[in-house]
Amino acid sequence: MNTLEERDAVPAVENRLPVPVAAVPPKNGGSRQRSLFSGGSVLPGFGLSLGFTLLYLTLIILIPLSTILLKTFDLTWAGFWATVSAPRALAAYRLSIGASFIGGAINAVFGLLVAWVLERYEFPGRRIIDALVDLPFALPTAVAGIALASIYAGNGWLGRWLEPIGIKVAYQPLGVVVALTFIGLPFVVRTVQPVLRDFDPEVEEAAASLGAGRWQTFRRVMLPELLPAVSTGFVLAFARALGEYGSVIFIAGNMPLRSEITPLLIMIKLEQFDYAGATAIALVFLAVSFALLFVINLLSWRRNRKLSASEGGD
Amino acid sequence: MRSRILSILLLLSVAAFPVGAQTVSQKAKLLNVSYDPTRELYQDFNAAFAKYWKGQTGQDVEIQQSHGGSGKQARSVIDGLEADVVTLALAYDVDAVANSGLLPKNWQTRLPLNSAPYTSTIVFLVRKGNPKHIKDWDDLAKPGVSVISPNPKTSGGARWNYLAAWGYALKKLGNDPAKAKDFVARIYKNVPVLDTGARGSTVTFVERGIGDVLIAWENEAILAVKDIGKGQFEIVAPSLSILAEPSVAVVDKVAAKHKTAAAAKTYLEYLYTPEGQEIAARHYYRPRSASVAAKYADQFPKITLFTIDELFGGWTKAQQTHFADGGVFDQIYGVGK
Amino acid sequence: MLAGNRLTEGRQPGRPSRSLTEPRLVQWLLIGAAMLFLGFFLLVPLLLVFYKALAEGVATYWAAIREPMALAAVRLTLLTAAIAVPINLLFGLAAAWAVSKFRFRGKNLLVTLIDLPFAVSPVVSGMIYVLMFGAHGVLGPWLAAHDIKIIFAVPGIVLATMFVTAPLVARELIPLMQSQGNDEEEAALTLGASGWQTFRKVSLPKIRWGLLYGVVLCNARAMGEFGAVSVVSGHIRGLTTTLPLHVEILYNEYQFAAAFAVATLLTLLALVTLTLKSLIEWRTSR
Repeated sequence: MNTLEERDAVPAVENRLPVPVAAVPPKNGGSRQRSLFSGGSVLPGFGLSLGFTLLYLTLIILIPLSTILLKTFDLTWAGFWATVSAPRALAAYRLSIGASFIGGAINAVFGLLVAWVLERYEFPGRRIIDALVDLPFALPTAVAGIALASIYAGNGWLGRWLEPIGIKVAYQPLGVVVALTFIGLPFVVRTVQPVLRDFDPEVEEAAASLGAGRWQTFRRVMLPELLPAVSTGFVLAFARALGEYGSVIFIAGNMPLRSEITPLLIMIKLEQFDYAGATAIALVFLAVSFALLFVINLLSWRRNRKLSASEGGD
Repeated sequence: MRSRILSILLLLSVAAFPVGAQTVSQKAKLLNVSYDPTRELYQDFNAAFAKYWKGQTGQDVEIQQSHGGSGKQARSVIDGLEADVVTLALAYDVDAVANSGLLPKNWQTRLPLNSAPYTSTIVFLVRKGNPKHIKDWDDLAKPGVSVISPNPKTSGGARWNYLAAWGYALKKLGNDPAKAKDFVARIYKNVPVLDTGARGSTVTFVERGIGDVLIAWENEAILAVKDIGKGQFEIVAPSLSILAEPSVAVVDKVAAKHKTAAAAKTYLEYLYTPEGQEIAARHYYRPRSASVAAKYADQFPKITLFTIDELFGGWTKAQQTHFADGGVFDQIYGVGK
Repeated sequence: MLAGNRLTEGRQPGRPSRSLTEPRLVQWLLIGAAMLFLGFFLLVPLLLVFYKALAEGVATYWAAIREPMALAAVRLTLLTAAIAVPINLLFGLAAAWAVSKFRFRGKNLLVTLIDLPFAVSPVVSGMIYVLMFGAHGVLGPWLAAHDIKIIFAVPGIVLATMFVTAPLVARELIPLMQSQGNDEEEAALTLGASGWQTFRKVSLPKIRWGLLYGVVLCNARAMGEFGAVSVVSGHIRGLTTTLPLHVEILYNEYQFAAAFAVATLLTLLALVTLTLKSLIEWRTSR
């Protein structure tokens, strides 16, 4: 997740001595600001860019989001609590969180495998497969949903092999896991690949020269380096899977208390015009997602600190 | 480059906004907000009506459809979905729209037969061979039987289902509301999932393979047997069921705004013409016209039917008692909250 | 977003020498396992979409694509993207400029706020607009009085799509512009260029691949958004159904071949997106 890494990286401008104002020829019609609020830079457009950014952010993102809070106040505290802790809601949280976690875990393991294979080995079609890894990100969720539902239904391509041996995927919680694994697939792969790419071969050679076998080298030298990336990818996949709707509703059974994901429960409450109930559940779920974002930030901040510390030592 | 982008943006935003406004003359547009199972019916009917209208007035008419659970659709219209006509599953949902001021309260008398151009009833759909031997409502209340029915909070068909079961219980258990409540509660205990609309329930039963029996609109059940689930299902007609009268109405306020009042009125009246009745019958709705009904008599099972007025004193009372917040349904299906 | 790092870091040869890799057998096993995993999850769905679309013949396929409702859905999808993507492009540029060129307090908070739509479920993204602009929403009465339709009409769909795709361009550009630094811009200023000239002639060319990348991602998401649009749309066939919604309608009406036929349009879009992504990455790593 580069945004988060680079965000904490020191922007180049701060390493420079500020250009003396006098050395810069005055402009006609320029919008250069010289006040304290120019952000310590001589580049123009601070007010304009920040202003537009804040305006857009407020209008399109913040104000609509705040309506969730407003609407929840329609409920009394007791009503709010009853709604968000009702058995059906709890079952929905369990399924959403549980299936997302499992999906993320599967992606953590196999994502690492895929990243390793793509970065380390040459084989025919590697480039195409590499590009295809982003398919879950580019493919509309509804298309993914109907495709997965078709494949794993009793008469589907895979379902017809799996159901006779007792593995029912479609319309069961297992189907939810499959869909969420699909959704999160690119995240771990894409966070691990750059780390693998930048991995210093000298470290491996050193380990080999000291007598370590390949598995030992992997486990004790490389894996610790890769784990932060894997965990970042896992959290990203997890966060994405939590809110996922389109690819899940076709393959889930949508049965309350059994195979109903939280976004669907919110949708149902909306359709019943129980807006306050829908927002209450959405609020709780948002809190979980924000906590996750916070964790991502924390993880990546710590990774940067570690990396810059180790780089500083060279 | 920037100014070009800006002007394109402006053009697009201008083009996007007045989507609702329509002008009469070249083409009339009607929005028909309907309940869930009527998709195929209105596809055919709209084509026939367009031809008829063009013949009568020379004007082209385009009818747009929206489908969903009847209660949900009514609420959407109240919330601003600009329907020129509503063709919903029951009179109460149209009453709800009338109460919000969008059409007059005496709407039901404006068209023949209580503004219900076709009727239907509630039957059971079971899997081929009827493995659980479902014969009547009693079998649905037995433990171990999985029943599929939609959510009465959003679906019109679901409410007809509920009232049909309740009516049966009243008749069979000596008119005792407490016993009826217990009976219906036992049926809903067997329901694993409530979809928002009748079509959703059909999908759950037919496509997802969930449930042993589907309580369905008769027209949905026949559609499943003849079309979508050919050879996989059977219809079981209960001994007693309810006469379901889906109601239609012009939404006066919206039609006036869109200047489509005349087209909307004729659209609904066309449902009562022989051609309209034929189309309804072909889609497995019970036509009102005696001659068309006679022609299609064979495709409908013979069931003793009672009306909602007989047993429940009309829709307003039934809705209040059973389906309002905290009503009987909420009491027996607490999970839904 | 996902591989944005490819634009800011060059590909470095990280493959160790022969003697330091796993035995051939292990390699092929690992490759096999990875391909099996990817095959299950990526290839099978991809193949299925095209297979099912053509299952009832090419004629049915074409009929489904050219059906009026489908075409209306295509138009609406294109219109939505045509509005949402440029606006989010401007937002991304503005945000990246502000964050990368200046120092100010609360930068972290700002970037986190920009990331917010990613943390929100699509259903909730649509819901907040219903709560704002629906008939019983915050602005409902005002909108009704002025006869402006947002929810259950095209503007609502556009707004919900804008919300969902807002961060995509910004997330590409912010790290890119941060890592590129301001040297060239400052040099241009000292040479007498105005702010806009600097932006147009110095900054834009520097970020053009990142920009393109972000636009491609933003567009893919805008055209494919389902959950948020489903909530605000009203599902009026031919009027407020986008392509993904239309796929759902067809699927729920048992018109499977038609549903998958329309789905192929979206899938082809996805494949084009992936190809463009790869091309851009290849260009920038040269």
